[in-house]
Amino acid sequence: MEFLETISTKFNYWIYIIIMMIGLYAMISKNNLVKKLIGMSIFQTAIILFYVSIGYKENATIPILYHDQVHGAQHEEAGDQNELSNAVEEAAKEIHVAADEQAEHGLEASHVDHPSSLEINPDHFANPLPHVLMLTAIVVGVATLGVGLAITQKLYGEFGSIEESEILEQIKSAK
Amino acid sequence: MTEQAPVLILLFPFLSAIVVALAGIRMKGLCWPLVLLSLAGSVCASLSTLGRVLDEGTIRYHLGGWAPPIGIEFRIDGLNALVAVTVSLVALITAIYSKISVEAESKDKVSQYYAIFLLLIAGLLGMVITGDAFNLYVLLEVSALTSYALIAMGSKRATLAAFKYLIMGTIGASFYLLGVGYLYIKTGSLNMFDIHEQLVLNNLEQSPTILVAFMLITVAVWIKMAFFPLHAWLPNAYAFAPTTSSSIMGPLVTKVMIYVMIRMVLTVFGPDYAFEVLNWDNIVVWLAVIAILAGSIGALAQKDLRKMLTFLIIAEVGYMVGGVWLADETGMVGSIFHIISDAFMTLCVFLFAGIVFTKTGRRNITAVEGMFKKMPLTMVGFIVGAFSLIGIPPTAGFFSKWYLIQGGINSGNWEYVVALLISSLVNAVLFFRIIEIAYFGAKPADGHDDHHGEDHSKISEAPFTQLVPLLGTAALLVIIGIYNKDIVSIIQDFLLPFNLGAGS
Repeated sequence: MEFLETISTKFNYWIYIIIMMIGLYAMISKNNLVKKLIGMSIFQTAIILFYVSIGYKENATIPILYHDQVHGAQHEEAGDQNELSNAVEEAAKEIHVAADEQAEHGLEASHVDHPSSLEINPDHFANPLPHVLMLTAIVVGVATLGVGLAITQKLYGEFGSIEESEILEQIKSAK
Repeated sequence: MTEQAPVLILLFPFLSAIVVALAGIRMKGLCWPLVLLSLAGSVCASLSTLGRVLDEGTIRYHLGGWAPPIGIEFRIDGLNALVAVTVSLVALITAIYSKISVEAESKDKVSQYYAIFLLLIAGLLGMVITGDAFNLYVLLEVSALTSYALIAMGSKRATLAAFKYLIMGTIGASFYLLGVGYLYIKTGSLNMFDIHEQLVLNNLEQSPTILVAFMLITVAVWIKMAFFPLHAWLPNAYAFAPTTSSSIMGPLVTKVMIYVMIRMVLTVFGPDYAFEVLNWDNIVVWLAVIAILAGSIGALAQKDLRKMLTFLIIAEVGYMVGGVWLADETGMVGSIFHIISDAFMTLCVFLFAGIVFTKTGRRNITAVEGMFKKMPLTMVGFIVGAFSLIGIPPTAGFFSKWYLIQGGINSGNWEYVVALLISSLVNAVLFFRIIEIAYFGAKPADGHDDHHGEDHSKISEAPFTQLVPLLGTAALLVIIGIYNKDIVSIIQDFLLPFNLGAGS
């Protein structure tokens, strides 16, 4: 039972490790260079999933403050900011609607009553930092894949094949 | 101006990479002077930073004015500053050398080549000066991606080697990223110094999460530095790359990764954790011994000059990893000093290999036949580099090996001392063989390849832009050797607060 509990409470780690190992397997054992690159992409995506999952909190929402939480009492004074605050309010309403829909689907959504409580509680927001880091990591992953595909293309131009074994054979016979 | 020097070290090559890429569309002649100018600026900035560190102690530069742990911080102490000076100097010297070889080896891609070259330097320098663990990952990938491209510009076989390097390098970098993720889970911080504070404050030494983070990061840097069982990508990649690429990556990429390992061990996890809580030092020293011996034996088996040198890099990586894990202050001094001296001596012999390749068009060791007569000055430069790799005083290599061996004796790791001595002997065999061939000509047993009938009498002294960097590096090796005491005292000042035990 205890074992099952560790699996079920930490399932995000298990899943990322399984996905990562699938990628690693493809990188090591596949003969086709493009398949190797696909494996590499899966490998990197697994790490992105890991980071995203550690930023998650139960019953938390995206880390954007509601209008009332920012402005509070001086709401009336900020006349020139009206347009901006209207926009913020609308955005808040949209989130609201989305949350209501979630609630209808049987998901718990405690942040529905946020606008009424003015205090800002970090527990109500997901941790944005890992997500922001992953934006960079996604860019790096795309760049790596691009370089990898470019090298594969060059290999194809030189050897006329993208099978590693055939390329190695050609190198051997050229010696 | 000196206030901003830390960031200028990085910005010079980074911004000029864009300028070079644009300028190269119309005026190819501009590329080389621009590269030289920007790298000279980088050298000046790193020298002035080193001066400031010596005067005022650790410099903390907050990027964009954001204070850490939220903002990215460049924190420069004696170790960073020394390695940054080394990296920028090696880059400048290679850039001077590159003029002829880049034009010969990648004719229609000169500006692209230089743009990638500068980005590689920017990535390496950034890794050295940054104080932020995630920032280090990004710069690691910048330098890795550019080095794949620089290798793939070489011959047919280089392309396949670059692909293998890409796969291995990505695994390494991803492991590093994972390790940083585990550290973040426990400490909630990405700033290296802040992570260490949190580790100490929250007594996380026994936490399995931190153990996993440490293992992941260690394996990641080992893959990236080609530590013996994980070295398979290196020899072909560096041996078949364009000569400029291998003379910049051979000395720098592995050395910078060793710097990262030292930074992780000393600053992020702390020597108490790495050496005392885990108590792995003996195992890692044995691994280093195997790496040293395997690298030396591998080098003996090679007939290709540059490939032989790549195996020497693997042996040298073993020296430095072993030196760090001796857990002894003298050993650590030796390791850090060896980063500097090894960067220059590897550069010296790789520049020589590049000159031989451009002059004769051959890769085999026998290509150096009769070179003492035809290009005596080039051979002088090579001999200084070779003596340094063997460890003959007064070259830099002797002194760094001296400290490493002393560290091995202090901590009682005799196997490490023996391995170092054997590897020095092997280096002597390797280099005296080359010197013999260059002086007396090749024996039939060494195997002449198909170019045998070719007339070598036309070969004369290397051109000015290739000779000056080679002789300059040779001179630097002697200068570093003579002034070794000053450098060692900087390193010792840096190591003082870490309180490394004298032997375990």
